[in-house]
Amino acid sequence: MHLILFLIFAAFSLAGAVNLLLQTHPINSALSLIVVMSSLAVLYLLLGAEFLAIAQIIVYAGAVMVLFTFVVMLLNVGEEEHTHGSVVAKAIGFPAVVLIFCVVTTVILETEKRLAPIRLTDRITTVQDLSKVLFRDMLLPFELTSVLILVAILGAVALARKEGHT
Amino acid sequence: MNFWLFLLLSIVKVAVVLVIFLTSVAYTVLLERKLVGRIQNRWGPSRVGPFGLLQPLVDGAKLFLKEDIIPTHVYKPLYLLAPLIALGCSLLSIAVIPFGEPIEYHGFKWFEIADLNIGLLVILGVTSISVYGIALSGWASNNKYSLLGALRASAQMISYELALGLSLVGVVLRTGSLSLTKIVEVQSVHGVASWNIFGGGQIIAFFIYLTAAYAETNRAPFDLPEAETELTGGYHTEYSSMKFAMFFMAEYGNMITVGCVATLLFLGGWTSPFGDLIPQPQNFFVHALMPIVWFVAKVFAFLFLYIWVRGTLPRFRYDQLMGYGWKYLVPVAMLNIVGTSLVLAVFP
Repeated sequence: MHLILFLIFAAFSLAGAVNLLLQTHPINSALSLIVVMSSLAVLYLLLGAEFLAIAQIIVYAGAVMVLFTFVVMLLNVGEEEHTHGSVVAKAIGFPAVVLIFCVVTTVILETEKRLAPIRLTDRITTVQDLSKVLFRDMLLPFELTSVLILVAILGAVALARKEGHT
Repeated sequence: MNFWLFLLLSIVKVAVVLVIFLTSVAYTVLLERKLVGRIQNRWGPSRVGPFGLLQPLVDGAKLFLKEDIIPTHVYKPLYLLAPLIALGCSLLSIAVIPFGEPIEYHGFKWFEIADLNIGLLVILGVTSISVYGIALSGWASNNKYSLLGALRASAQMISYELALGLSLVGVVLRTGSLSLTKIVEVQSVHGVASWNIFGGGQIIAFFIYLTAAYAETNRAPFDLPEAETELTGGYHTEYSSMKFAMFFMAEYGNMITVGCVATLLFLGGWTSPFGDLIPQPQNFFVHALMPIVWFVAKVFAFLFLYIWVRGTLPRFRYDQLMGYGWKYLVPVAMLNIVGTSLVLAVFP
């Protein structure tokens, strides 16, 4: 059961990712990205991370992508023009992709020996477990991240403020 | 319990809940037409069946049989997808709502489709997704009125989602859990006195939730996305027949869901308002069904309030709506969180 669900949603997420690149219209690409993110949420759920799954839906599929589609709708951007891409991008891009793929595969194959396979009946990580780690063991990184987000918000306000209005 | 039997029973449960939900959607429309009629000093539908009770059936048949017009200039894939998203999201969140006391029979829960640890967050997640139905319908219609309506709707829903989510934090703080069943159980002891709205001290949060929920469901006085005097129709201008009906059903379905959530979070869900003053009924069936009666009564009260507000309050202006959400509701909701946390920290 676990495997079937995993295969279905992994396929969804991959299909969404490929579709994202192939589509020429920005709104179709944005919708494909929503499919990818929602399928990722289901994959998190299959790993027993319920809070992460629903946060993925609320934050990425809900908030971030709504803003994307909002911008596409407001600017009413049309079909994307296809360029052939620069030679440099091709020369560096494809080897880099192969390299990253190799690294990720090696890491997964290495760790697979040490980890037990997961089943649907496994214990899930609750919000309580997550908050204990976040607010006790990793308090400093958590606080630093929040400061980083605050800086980003202030930057956005500074950029949005019109010249002359102080 | 056998896996396949469990699956079968779950499917039956889903089907039953869906049928009841869609029927209540249809009759909420009738209730609205009747009540708004009364508020405006006229009768409302009264010809079809006794007191017009068969009106929803006839309306449904009419919408099914109408010609389905797809304008030539629309972007077809998204134009067809949008009503499905709207209705799907509207039907989805009912799955996590517990209608009655959690009675288990061989590990199978009656009166609730799924009991999740994060039920409340699932409802918020579905709310955040449901913006797409409206946004895409307006964009794909390729009509400036539809687009304006959709832009208004998405901006409004994103803004009020924040106040909506923040207003629920106080309730979660009091319960210490995101499970809807647990949230109700905390409020079940002393009847009205232990409901979150009174005993839990969440009366401000309740009003923030109510206002934000009205805006989320695009209902009066926040129904700017379909302000017919300015936009001819709003995001569903180009839709006809069953596709229009799907948006319509989604709107009323969302109203019912909001009523259910408000009941669960603030009015003690399925528990009786008298608490322990009235002894628990001994008969098994009465014991199982009384909570559902209370639940339905509370949700009905919310629907009544919805329609009453629609019949009474005038529409906001758009900048007033945005200013009210960001400058008033969000800060008050944050203050409510701070206050609730302080009280809970001092008197644990």
